[in-house]
Amino acid sequence: MSILGLSILSLARFQFAMTTVFHFFFVPFSIGLGFVVAIMETNYVIQKKDIYKKMTQFWGKIFLLSFAVGVVTGIIQEFQFGMNWSQYSRFMGDIFGAPLAIEALAAFFLESTFIGLWMFTWDRFKPVWHCLFIWLTSIGSMLSAVWILAANSFMQDPVGYALKTVNGNTKAVMVSFADVVKNPQLWLELPHVLFGAFLTAAFVIAGSSAWRILKGKDIEFWRKSIKISLIVGLVAAIGVTAVGDQQTQYIIKNQPMKFAATEGLYKTTGDHASWAIVEGMDNKDHKVTWSIEIPYVLSMLSYHKPSGAVTGANPLNKQLHKQYDKKFGKNMNYFVPMHTLFYSFRIMAVSAGVFALLAILGLYWNRKKSDQIVRYRWFLYILGLSLWLPFIANTAGWFVTELGRYPWVVYGLLTIADAVSPHVTVGSLLFSNIIYFLLFAGMGAVMIVLSHRVLVAGPDADLQSGYGVNDEDKQDTDESVDPYAKGAFNHE
Amino acid sequence: MSSLQFVWFLLIGLLFAIFFFLEGFDFGVGMSVNTLANNESERNALVRSIGPHWDGNEVYLITAGGAMFASFGAWYASLFSGFYVMFLLVLVALIMRGVSFEFRNEMRTDFWRRFWEWSLTISSLAAPFLLGMIFTDMVKGMPIDTQGDVIGHFTDYVNWFSIVGGVAVALLCYLHGLNFVRLKTEGTLRERARVWGKVLYPVLFAGEVVFAILVYVYTDFFTKKPISTLLILAAIVLLSVLAYVATLKDWEVTSFISGGLTLPAVVMLLFVGLFPRVMVANNAANSILIKNASSSAYTLNLMTWIALCILPFVLAYQIWSYWVFYKRIKAN
Repeated sequence: MSILGLSILSLARFQFAMTTVFHFFFVPFSIGLGFVVAIMETNYVIQKKDIYKKMTQFWGKIFLLSFAVGVVTGIIQEFQFGMNWSQYSRFMGDIFGAPLAIEALAAFFLESTFIGLWMFTWDRFKPVWHCLFIWLTSIGSMLSAVWILAANSFMQDPVGYALKTVNGNTKAVMVSFADVVKNPQLWLELPHVLFGAFLTAAFVIAGSSAWRILKGKDIEFWRKSIKISLIVGLVAAIGVTAVGDQQTQYIIKNQPMKFAATEGLYKTTGDHASWAIVEGMDNKDHKVTWSIEIPYVLSMLSYHKPSGAVTGANPLNKQLHKQYDKKFGKNMNYFVPMHTLFYSFRIMAVSAGVFALLAILGLYWNRKKSDQIVRYRWFLYILGLSLWLPFIANTAGWFVTELGRYPWVVYGLLTIADAVSPHVTVGSLLFSNIIYFLLFAGMGAVMIVLSHRVLVAGPDADLQSGYGVNDEDKQDTDESVDPYAKGAFNHE
Repeated sequence: MSSLQFVWFLLIGLLFAIFFFLEGFDFGVGMSVNTLANNESERNALVRSIGPHWDGNEVYLITAGGAMFASFGAWYASLFSGFYVMFLLVLVALIMRGVSFEFRNEMRTDFWRRFWEWSLTISSLAAPFLLGMIFTDMVKGMPIDTQGDVIGHFTDYVNWFSIVGGVAVALLCYLHGLNFVRLKTEGTLRERARVWGKVLYPVLFAGEVVFAILVYVYTDFFTKKPISTLLILAAIVLLSVLAYVATLKDWEVTSFISGGLTLPAVVMLLFVGLFPRVMVANNAANSILIKNASSSAYTLNLMTWIALCILPFVLAYQIWSYWVFYKRIKAN
């Protein structure tokens, strides 16, 4: 059954990609921003300087916006498993549902209740207590990452389960919750995601501040913002790289096909493996057509020494056929999307380097006694542009993680094709794809416009958070052409 | 059926009951933003009254969904894939609602402010209406195949029973919202909410009678469990009568609590009727049963302990948060 050549499977996959990518623009941004805002408010509590309060409220406003979009796009994620992937839900409910339910219980309640308290009680509690609210919100959002990644880690590397057949259907059942939580995959994925989240917030703050410095107003405020955010950014850039290195070691063993793809290897390398900076691939004949390589580097990356061969995708494909043909049949394709993984990995890795470099230069030129950062306008432009890069890097990272587990939805246990809802119609899937696309386009546009507006208004605008308190805000009704209008139309 | 399976069936019912009680008045206040308020500051006051709470309340739905996934994977899979388009529309409503609070607050022109206020109102109406439809359809019975997949036609989803069910739930939420407004605001809003309550409760009584008749026609509740069904239906009517009387006498707390409790009572009616099934099939042999749909004893046991450890904290800080914002809000 198909419309325009589209199948249930391809539409469900497209929908999952679209909804998670969009959701994951806002999630790391919110997690990171909550954390940085909490640091700012802590500064206010300790140093009692008004500028930190202003900073908390200013960046807090953008935090609230992104939090709202993050929450609503998250609901789609939870319902989507049942709606589009019912076979997956039946197979995995026993294991996957538990962390999801714990996420709601332990994390969502915490963050949603305390963000409500935080935004409405600026003048009602002592600063210390008020500051505690943002920390609890921030901890809640990080806890949610723990549990959703515990679920994802099981899909990457199933542990602590047994297969059981009920009424002729096989399903995975949990035998050890401790193993599911101790999954080594989780304790690499989690710090990687959290560091990525801190990077996202750090560079959005630093980048936005750079643009505002170029306009020449409130310089002290923006420079202080850059300082705090780039300190977080530098730590996170180093952290994300270090964890990424550990993940590499892990993936070589557990998902070698994913690793071969990120390095663009079809054939197994020699003992001194060189690292391809860029290369051309022939995905039909499964071979590399051309490449620019640096000798020894791949061995160094893989094994931390100049020698050591890395297995390529072709022999791995044969190996996987041998291992799984009995269970999944001979017609499986075990090649992951090589091109996408190869370049996604490079985008992600290069971004980390760029972030570290920008953070070091930015912090150095932003020293208290120096005004270099204000004079070096070219640097401000680069820093300003870099605010988009974390979103690209985050997306690239998920491409590697998720596409790299093809053809399985649960590695080695359940294929993507077997996971989809069998009786959902192509028409309704097409309909939901279109609706989500329009909603996301609309929300994304409104978000960008609103954040930009907050930035332009600057730190001295009325920053009291909480709805319905700034009646006087709507005085300027004079714009005949409303630029904010475009995005808001889309969801109709 | 093991006792753990029963406990989790109850717990999911309980989560939905709490969800409808709490988010019920959010939905109602959302609807009243364009039906009760006459000007900007009144609309502000209404939005403000649920501002710190609506997000936390909505988490009960997410928790109910997550708990269903964890404890009854087969139920979760059949329900959400089986009511695909309706859940899609619920999601659209929840999304539009969730962003409209923040976005409305940031708009500078009247036009866009009104746009997000209407978005709030319409989505606050649509969400309970659609959830009401889904739940009534679920107990009425759907065409379910041997694998547990729902293969329904338009009339399986949209029929007199589900429409009345949807309207009833939406109306209950609206009245619950009005009662909340009477508790949380001062002046004209409070007064107007009472007047609307006086008008709408008689409409609700008529609706309840129709709903009871349709329950008799469309479901097997009366044949399978006549006594409990009658008792709960009577409780629903009594609670709404009490809420009506309290509205007339101006006992605000009583009308809020008794009017609000009608929603958990409706959830109870549906869950008692469902028992020992989780999805009712037209062909009784294909109904999905609690004993077949659940996760392993290991997972259920684990989840029970986790819920027991975390829920008391959640309830404590949520109650505290309501206490922090107990003050009435004034529209100037």
